[in-house]
Amino acid sequence: MSILIVAEHDNVSLNAATLNAVTAALEIGGDIDMLVAGKDSTSVAEQAAEVANIGKILHANDQAYEFGLAENLALLVAEQSAEYSHILATATTSAKNFMPRVAALLDLQAISDIIAVVSDDTFERPIYAGSMIATVKSNDPKKIITVRGTAFDAAATSGGSAQIIPISSAHDAQKSRFIGEEVAESDRPELTAAGTVVSGGRALGSEENFSMIYKLADTLGAAVGASRAAVDAGYAPNDMQVGQTGKIVAPDLYVAVGISGAIQHLAGMKDSKVIVAINKDEEAPIFSVADYGLVADLFTALPEIEAEL
Amino acid sequence: MKVLVPVKRVVDYNVKVRPKADGSDADLANLKMSINPFCEIAVEEAVRLKEKGMASEIVAVSVGQEQSQEQLRTALALGADRAILVSTDVVVEPLAVAKCLQKLCAREEPDLVLLGKQAIDGDNNQTGQMLGALTGYGQATFASDLLIQNSEATVVREVDGGLQTLSLSLPAIVTADLRLNEPRYASLPNIMKAKRKPLETVTPEELGVNVALRTNLIGVKLPPDRQAGIIVEDSRQLVDKLKNEAKVI
Repeated sequence: MSILIVAEHDNVSLNAATLNAVTAALEIGGDIDMLVAGKDSTSVAEQAAEVANIGKILHANDQAYEFGLAENLALLVAEQSAEYSHILATATTSAKNFMPRVAALLDLQAISDIIAVVSDDTFERPIYAGSMIATVKSNDPKKIITVRGTAFDAAATSGGSAQIIPISSAHDAQKSRFIGEEVAESDRPELTAAGTVVSGGRALGSEENFSMIYKLADTLGAAVGASRAAVDAGYAPNDMQVGQTGKIVAPDLYVAVGISGAIQHLAGMKDSKVIVAINKDEEAPIFSVADYGLVADLFTALPEIEAEL
Repeated sequence: MKVLVPVKRVVDYNVKVRPKADGSDADLANLKMSINPFCEIAVEEAVRLKEKGMASEIVAVSVGQEQSQEQLRTALALGADRAILVSTDVVVEPLAVAKCLQKLCAREEPDLVLLGKQAIDGDNNQTGQMLGALTGYGQATFASDLLIQNSEATVVREVDGGLQTLSLSLPAIVTADLRLNEPRYASLPNIMKAKRKPLETVTPEELGVNVALRTNLIGVKLPPDRQAGIIVEDSRQLVDKLKNEAKVI
């Protein structure tokens, strides 16, 4: 078996999410190569080459790949797929965007968001917002797979010495154009990779009050998350949303403040190692998944906790 | 401008689904079924385009069992003009759905295909992207804003780091995320009117599509149960437990 992992990056550095796919690939077994497609992305290819257990880095460096447009990336990945039995990427919004397109170009049924490798053709994946786990066997000749990052440990970023092989093919489908992006700038850890996450819900009541969440997060060195209700109410930006339709997180410590615990939200955080819930409603469903529950008004509890820390 | 809106019949999002007793699949017997919420958002967006005078016709499509007619009637009540059911009794995977939609795109020649980003049953998040590959259309997934101007679609996408804006030449595929809009409720007069709107039925075989499964569902189980922990007395005890028992801070 031979596996191709499509690397995620911003043309400067390799996104840590890629490392989770490497671990999934090791569980499947076989030779592992990595594809880095970008523009002026040599530093990414160099970092990828240092990841342990990678045979070679296929490096496509062209303007067509600068912004990761799905039409262009899909053509490239499909073209490079010939000698591989599996193509993997971590299920970020980027991979979810182009991987199904790759699959359809190759007439394959993709397997989304796997959380466990049963064998080289059989995988577990959550369905119904994580309320059940399906075991799925692929009968296709080639497997196109996205990997849920939180379900696999990150592979080591050093110890490898893969050969970098430049690929000259440039696919510019000219179907879409990049206009711009608004990327949230923050000194806090990245939500999906943070060891601690503090999330706020609708009970915060306003965008101003939500600053209490940032304050606690900064005291704990944590990333900030939010429930869908808090995002919809405009208290926090949508890239902070934790849940089925937002980010899936599994930190060592997850602190849910003023979050009732809708299924939708639990789907995004219930694999966290330790869950703390602070809510004044003792019937709130969040307490059924919490290791430590504090039934209290958050406006009283948060300053107290700050003082204790 | 013609807009094609595929919709899927799924278990209502308020219903908790459990595995069958033999663990072979999800148990859907006697559960309330609805239009997939993301598909509903796609329908709403198409209706808004029509209300703004940008779309001339909205065609709702569903690939699935006969009963999917109910969800097509919902789409018609929300404002779609006519509907097509690709009727099949077998479970269809995203690739097969995309192939059926490709055939309908060839026939209907829409300028825009608006889909939900994923269905809340299988959570695959694939059909729109696959249709993009099969038709060769450009795609913008996870849309939170859509503007049509001069034969171009400008789409704001919800991506991991924030928001990304793309411009697509039409025809194009756009998949709807949660914040694209808030769907309206169908009014009673519109529900009545929807019953008289045209609904055509075809089969995958008539479209020349092989919908045979590419994967086997080996089984379905509940995720490992998470035990509820303890309720602490106060903030002081909470911090103490986190420091000395869980050792996470």
